[in-house]
Amino acid sequence: MGEPDKRAHRAGRSEMTMLKPEEQQERKESVPPFQIHILSYRLDKTYYCTVDNVDPGAVIARAEGATREEAEAKAVAKAKERIRQTRILSGENH
Amino acid sequence: MSKGYAHPWMLVSTEWADERKNDPNIRIVEVDVDTKAYDEAHIPGAVGWNWRTQLCDTLRRDLIPKAELEQLLGDSGIDNATTIVLYGDNDNWFACWAFWQLKIYAHADVRIIDGGRKKWLAEGRLVSRDIPTLQNKTYRSNEPEFSFRAFLGNVSAAINKKKKWALVDVRSPDEFTGKIPSPPGLPETCQRGGHIPGAFNIPWDKNCNEDGTFKSAAELKLLYEQHGVTPDKNVVAYCRIGERSSLTWFALKYLLGYKNVKNYDGSWAEWGNLINAPIAQGEAK
Repeated sequence: MGEPDKRAHRAGRSEMTMLKPEEQQERKESVPPFQIHILSYRLDKTYYCTVDNVDPGAVIARAEGATREEAEAKAVAKAKERIRQTRILSGENH
Repeated sequence: MSKGYAHPWMLVSTEWADERKNDPNIRIVEVDVDTKAYDEAHIPGAVGWNWRTQLCDTLRRDLIPKAELEQLLGDSGIDNATTIVLYGDNDNWFACWAFWQLKIYAHADVRIIDGGRKKWLAEGRLVSRDIPTLQNKTYRSNEPEFSFRAFLGNVSAAINKKKKWALVDVRSPDEFTGKIPSPPGLPETCQRGGHIPGAFNIPWDKNCNEDGTFKSAAELKLLYEQHGVTPDKNVVAYCRIGERSSLTWFALKYLLGYKNVKNYDGSWAEWGNLINAPIAQGEAK
């Protein structure tokens, strides 16, 4: 199932480590001419951030960090780089 | 929970899934296009499926063949009597693809978690990074039955036959009009921008509320019927690669109860690369 070799710990249901997602925050930013949606939350001691492209809403970057700022900065930088590669056809003879 | 749906049992709430996540007759599966999401954390006990490598034929552009499906399900601790409960990243797009594929192979009981991964996390429900230990089972599948799947020939035949057919393009308005060839930040999969002539643009997210749950049947009925997408027609939903349109297919088929709905998984990645195929640009006409 989904690259099991990368996943070290196999567990029966009774011995699973449970974590509670906390401190979820989200906001939108403009990356002209598009927008991105930034969502971050904490699991245990790690912050996770995903960035989607709002319309249609596909996740385009993901990162983690010891602080929210670190996770968001890494994910947003990746997302901006990917957005910059988007080709806009309007005005072209396509 | 039913919100007036035609087949309300196909959709389960996060609360329902949470209460039954340890039920041995139920297998919860997270379906992701990027399995880093599953690795980050998932519903305790959930299996992770990688859409790119486990649900698609990695050589041909196709569904996985019957033998691979049987292996995947058996290895996931699923037999023919198991209730499969799906959720995933990107607002359940790929979970709905898996649902569509499982219905093509006629699995009896498969359901979607309303709101998916996004709602589970937003509600602060417990997650785990541990991979469940699974007992392999034997799964015997039917041959695939393609009445839910549109092929290129079906779509070509539907153009300009608006009395009997409705083509629903579920991509964003910028993709539909031809402004961009692919969603912002995602790889291009076609050489042209635009849409199939005669298609209506009803983006996938119009099916959903802000929290990712599906809108009520009354709201969905209004949405589709105002565009002329009515239950008496043969409806074909498409997007770029067929995953967003599988969500719309699910909504039309199981929430509204439309009889004749197909998902065109060839979608714009196929049509937009065809030689000499008719393409429309700009707003819908």
